[in-house]
Amino acid sequence: MRKNKKNKKQRFKLQIAASTDNLQTIRDFIQRLAGEAHFDSEQIDQIALAVDEACTNAIKHAYQYDASKKIDIEIWLDSDKMEIVVTDYGPGFDPEKLPEPDINHSMKNAKVGGLGIHLMKKVMDEVRFEIRPGQKNAVHLIKFKKPEKEQ
Amino acid sequence: MKGFQVKRLDKNDVSVLYPAGFLDAHTVPQFESALSELVENGRYKIVVNFKDLDYISSAGLGVFMGFIEEVRNNGGDIKLCNLSDRVYKVFDLLGFPALFEIYNQEAEALEKF
Repeated sequence: MRKNKKNKKQRFKLQIAASTDNLQTIRDFIQRLAGEAHFDSEQIDQIALAVDEACTNAIKHAYQYDASKKIDIEIWLDSDKMEIVVTDYGPGFDPEKLPEPDINHSMKNAKVGGLGIHLMKKVMDEVRFEIRPGQKNAVHLIKFKKPEKEQ
Repeated sequence: MKGFQVKRLDKNDVSVLYPAGFLDAHTVPQFESALSELVENGRYKIVVNFKDLDYISSAGLGVFMGFIEEVRNNGGDIKLCNLSDRVYKVFDLLGFPALFEIYNQEAEALEKF
């Protein structure tokens, strides 16, 4: 049964108002999908955290808390990985120009947005930004499943 | 759906905060105002007991960074205790154990003041 499904790619899409009120719903949705896809509990936590951070950045920085705006969350699942694409339609930014947070030297001035991106990179296997100014900004978050023997 | 609450208990000159539930960008203003209230009242000796906290994102961590300098400049500290493994992992990823004292039990954190 599993072998037949091995190369099947599933796609899910969620469009949601850009409000922090929806973060819990977003995390619940992602956790449920990751659970059904048999990621382990630590990986499920990591994926939900990364998606929370990406959505929080879109709500705060791309839309300045304007809840009339929309965030698209697209999930691609296949036998060995989960890829989540979080897209906003606000002004873009240059991810290369974001300084690494230095909490040792400037705790007060560390930008929380920078912390979020730093966390995403720590908990996911791949993080890729697709910035098209005036059109859309997408963050691709990729997590590979652990090999079966490790689970 | 479980939200977020924060309770406060003063133990002599130390105030203990008990955040419970999910601390994210949506619920962080509640936690921020609990800390603000302490600082405004000159209560700079603070323990945060995480025993009932299920989740924290960088928005929650940012609050500690926003307050710690002012608290320490006034002779106080924010000490952390009773972190679950999943909450500790997030603190650890951002290097917080080097910046904050973290204890297993509240009594240990209280003793250090």
